[in-house]
Amino acid sequence: MDQVTVSDSEVPDPLEIPALAPGAMRASKPYGAAAEMQKPLGFPGALVENWQDKAIEKMAELRGKYRSFRLFLDACVKCGACTDKCHYFLGTGDPKNMPVARQDLLRQVYRRHFTLAGKYLPWLVGARDLSEEVLDDWYSYFHQCSQCRRCSVYCPIGIDTAEISMAGREIMDAVGKGQKYSNEIIGKVLRLGNNLGLSKKALQATLASLEEDVLEETGVPVRFPLDDEGADIMLVAPSADYFAEPHVAGLIGYAKVFHQAGASWTISSYAAEAANFGLFIGSYENMREIALRIRKAALDLGVKRLVFGECGHAWRVAYNFLNTLAGPFDFLDQRYPIPQHICEFTYDLMRAGRLTFDKSRNDHLRVTFHDSCNIARASRLGDRPGGQFEIPRAILKATCNHFFDMAADTIKESTLCCGGGGGLLTDELIDLRKKGAQPRMRALQQVAAEYGVTHMASMCAICKAQFSKVLPMYGFDMEAVVSLHQLVSNAIVLDRAGEASPKGQQ
Amino acid sequence: MLAAVYAVLLYVATAVFLGGLAVRVWQYASTPNPLKIVATPAPTTAAGVCLRLVREVAVFESLFKANKWIWLFGWTFHAALLVVVLRHLRYFTQPVWEWVALIQPLGVHAGFVMLASLLALWARRLVVARIRYISTPSDHLMLALLIAIAASGLAMKYAAPTDIVALKSFVLGLIYLDWQPLPADPPVLVHLGLVAVLMIVFPFSKLVHGPALLFSPTRAQVDDARERRHLVAWARALASER
Repeated sequence: MDQVTVSDSEVPDPLEIPALAPGAMRASKPYGAAAEMQKPLGFPGALVENWQDKAIEKMAELRGKYRSFRLFLDACVKCGACTDKCHYFLGTGDPKNMPVARQDLLRQVYRRHFTLAGKYLPWLVGARDLSEEVLDDWYSYFHQCSQCRRCSVYCPIGIDTAEISMAGREIMDAVGKGQKYSNEIIGKVLRLGNNLGLSKKALQATLASLEEDVLEETGVPVRFPLDDEGADIMLVAPSADYFAEPHVAGLIGYAKVFHQAGASWTISSYAAEAANFGLFIGSYENMREIALRIRKAALDLGVKRLVFGECGHAWRVAYNFLNTLAGPFDFLDQRYPIPQHICEFTYDLMRAGRLTFDKSRNDHLRVTFHDSCNIARASRLGDRPGGQFEIPRAILKATCNHFFDMAADTIKESTLCCGGGGGLLTDELIDLRKKGAQPRMRALQQVAAEYGVTHMASMCAICKAQFSKVLPMYGFDMEAVVSLHQLVSNAIVLDRAGEASPKGQQ
Repeated sequence: MLAAVYAVLLYVATAVFLGGLAVRVWQYASTPNPLKIVATPAPTTAAGVCLRLVREVAVFESLFKANKWIWLFGWTFHAALLVVVLRHLRYFTQPVWEWVALIQPLGVHAGFVMLASLLALWARRLVVARIRYISTPSDHLMLALLIAIAASGLAMKYAAPTDIVALKSFVLGLIYLDWQPLPADPPVLVHLGLVAVLMIVFPFSKLVHGPALLFSPTRAQVDDARERRHLVAWARALASER
């Protein structure tokens, strides 16, 4: 049983503003990418000799290709609205983790090279040359942004620091200074079709054992099909769903929903990955390569629909970019959203009265919900704006008797990042991840103290992995994070007729 | 001589302001958005996006969510500036439009409101450690410039009243290319000179944030990525390469 240990003292305000601690996180750096990780992505293997010139060239290129880059670097008025909005700033106090200061690391160099004032009066506008020290700061602090877009909600001009940190990483990749974690994973998905490097055989074995587990537990032969040609639906799930806890419990939930709906579905071994780390490094080309695998798999399997599993940034890429990167999807059934989210799929069935839930099966849980940033602020669920907040909550309320929201300024569009998004979910950054999780953890401690909340549901693979790691650091059980479809899985009543008669009790 | 110097200065400033701004707008409008990066929840129609932008421009919706003090000072400054600028139309029109005549008393008060909110913004910039940290000399100077413009303008009315009729005929002379003498009062010279500086600096500084907002992809895009394929020219070229 999970124990929540919140001391009697009052939980501090999740959004409490720390005193400035200059340089506190300067030493935080992810491991660098080795040459063999850089080259398959089209990047130089190591820092190139004339890296300053190359970086400026890359900036000029981005300035022509991305309006966001040019406009966001031009238009900031330094009003300070964003300064207390970043979870990494709240957790560390390092002023370079204030969104505007993070942007300024790039803006200073941009001004020096691309603005009149910066060229002739650099001291006036804080323009700087691209020195080794600046590059060092870029590497540190552009890897202390989880690209969660919380700051952009509050910016009067709509400046999004995620775009800046993506551009910063893209420039660094272009001069040969890549990050190991993201680039190694992109290499794996391009070679093997998933971030974990699972072979088709391993995947097959995993799915077969899940079928056995579910049959044993429920007595119902719920299938987990792989590469099933001619299936209607191709499920694209984050690869963590195949083996990690609590992710796999979510996958079982999707399978039960498909089963209950009588849907014909399959997973593709060629595109067994919803995640697309090309986003994190700002690389349109790599993001596109990964997205095209999904198109090819859908064509090869002859499916009619695409459904995505629970993964935040993957849904951003799927919802907003898939049509751009790998469309047009004129070969799919146009009566359904392309792509569709598993929550939309489940919610539609719920509304059609085709799912029955026994909520009491979740009575041992007192649940809150963590809105994942990329779903909350960078995409949508359903037909209406804000569906990304309403649909998961509707599913939770349909499957759980005890649901409680966290403080209003820490959820929905104001949601706090888990602290591990944007390509930072790597062991060497654990100190940063712990500190960045602090605001969310405090918000959770509040509802734990107030309502006795024991579990936090999430619909993002990165959030789930990050929380499993940091929850114990804040006095919670690592299993206090659950998949949204895990709760669906617990509560769903499997009573569809017409299936081969299950053995044992039902 | 003085009139000629100021006439040339104001012509140049106006040309730089309008030309520079046009170039900026063209740059923003013509630089592509290869991806849909709208900040959600977002409107799903163009009309909805227009409304969102109207709210951002008129009431600073996002800033209101962020910080009530910055919002209060920032919004009152901009609103007061708008009224003051409208009030100044009386110096450019003959006869003066009726509604411009009507808002004259309001405009005078707005001048003081503008000055007060600028001082408050500057105080925040100096006192709040986070905002002090992100400020460069130009951020302080920009406030100083605006404060000097407001103060010299108010001085023309209250401290050392100038011959406003003569000043108006100078301004009208600029418009109709029939140059008239300029009253040589120090507040007038300071006021006009600094306004010229502001106009010249405008397109090359953070002051472009106004027009930029209208082109900001997180605010000005429609949330319809699944319904409509969004593809820009350079991305299309990438697709045909293969």
